[in-house]
Amino acid sequence: MVNEILKLMQGEILEEDVRVSLSQLCKISRLPAERVLEMVEYGVIEPRSGSNEKWQFSGQSISRLRCAQRLKKDLGVNTAGAALAIDLLDELQQLRSRLHQLEKQLY
Amino acid sequence: MEFKDYYQIMGVNRDAPQDEIKRAYRKLARKYHPDVSKEADAELRFKELGEAYEVLKDPEKRAAYDQLGKNWKAGQDFHPPPQWDQGFEFHGGGFTDGDAQHFSDFFESLFGRGNQTGGFDSRFQQKFHERGQDTHAKINISLDDAYHGATRSITINHSELDEHGRPQVKQRTLNVRIPKGIRQGQHIRLAKQGSKGMGKGEAGDLYLEIEFQPHPYYTIEGKDVYMKCPVAPWEAALGASVKVPTPDGKVDLKIPAGSSSGKKLRLKGRGIPAKEPGDLFVVLDIALPPAQNEAARKAYLDMAEKLDFNPRAALGV
Repeated sequence: MVNEILKLMQGEILEEDVRVSLSQLCKISRLPAERVLEMVEYGVIEPRSGSNEKWQFSGQSISRLRCAQRLKKDLGVNTAGAALAIDLLDELQQLRSRLHQLEKQLY
Repeated sequence: MEFKDYYQIMGVNRDAPQDEIKRAYRKLARKYHPDVSKEADAELRFKELGEAYEVLKDPEKRAAYDQLGKNWKAGQDFHPPPQWDQGFEFHGGGFTDGDAQHFSDFFESLFGRGNQTGGFDSRFQQKFHERGQDTHAKINISLDDAYHGATRSITINHSELDEHGRPQVKQRTLNVRIPKGIRQGQHIRLAKQGSKGMGKGEAGDLYLEIEFQPHPYYTIEGKDVYMKCPVAPWEAALGASVKVPTPDGKVDLKIPAGSSSGKKLRLKGRGIPAKEPGDLFVVLDIALPPAQNEAARKAYLDMAEKLDFNPRAALGV
């Protein structure tokens, strides 16, 4: 077997380095702009800055948008429900990691 | 191929009415949805559930499935009886709206793979351009990797459509740079390393989710790192300078006099490095020397005698 030397790939950290515009977000999520705007209206994602045309979204928006799409499709929740679920899941995750860390301090 | 007991998967009786099946599906879908569930096998269970529901929600498919008989057990070796589906008509090309690419061989042998994958013939493909799908994988790193950066080679299984449009599993090894300062749950995006596009469509992206390996004494919260540090009672009482390990090497830590157990000392900027680095918190844990020999026992008795100390004063006793 040939031991191939692989090219080293340099990625970017989605949550920190990545900024996307509305049109990029539509492309990545394969959603029409109206659907993405609906997600903004219900607070699933929030633009970081700029007016409507120059909106910039954080990389996190990509994951949140995807998660909302899956929840809507698989569980039949509406956009408001998906936004609520995602916020609660975030909070749950923070609490879990806090719990884990406190448990480790106690024992 | 293994027989799949769709009723067992959905936890309903064979004679359950359609509305009960729907309710059972909704309940289990919430329970095993991979975005919601913490269960390790959630994704698998969710797919299985989707497949079971695909059959049981459709009276035609359900009747055909029932006809196989009730003597089959889940996991039993199964071959569909010849012409088993005679007399059944599956509407809509024998297929529905499920994401059938992910269904089992068992499902396929009974209901076919539908027209989704056999679909795109080469004539069509030339005219049809679509960006490839984004793909996801998890990558396990150590805390040390997050402090200093690292390179990792990871092997990814992904399915690709061959020239006949059939999905095939391929393995690919990538050498990936783990950037310094990355945190639990963040994603590395590798542009155009996802599934290939169709026609002239560009490839999707690959997302690697970062997961930290548990560390014997550090825990991580966001970009802050916590560690429990045992100290002797006299170190806590009188103050001391002690050596503590940090992921960046040993440091001298000054313990203020009169520290109690659980006191948090902050080492600013010694957490996970970033533009604004996290902090390292050292939580003091007073360790008692064992009273195993005469000298130790005497020291404790001395303390009991000389110190006017009631640890339960706050409890009013």
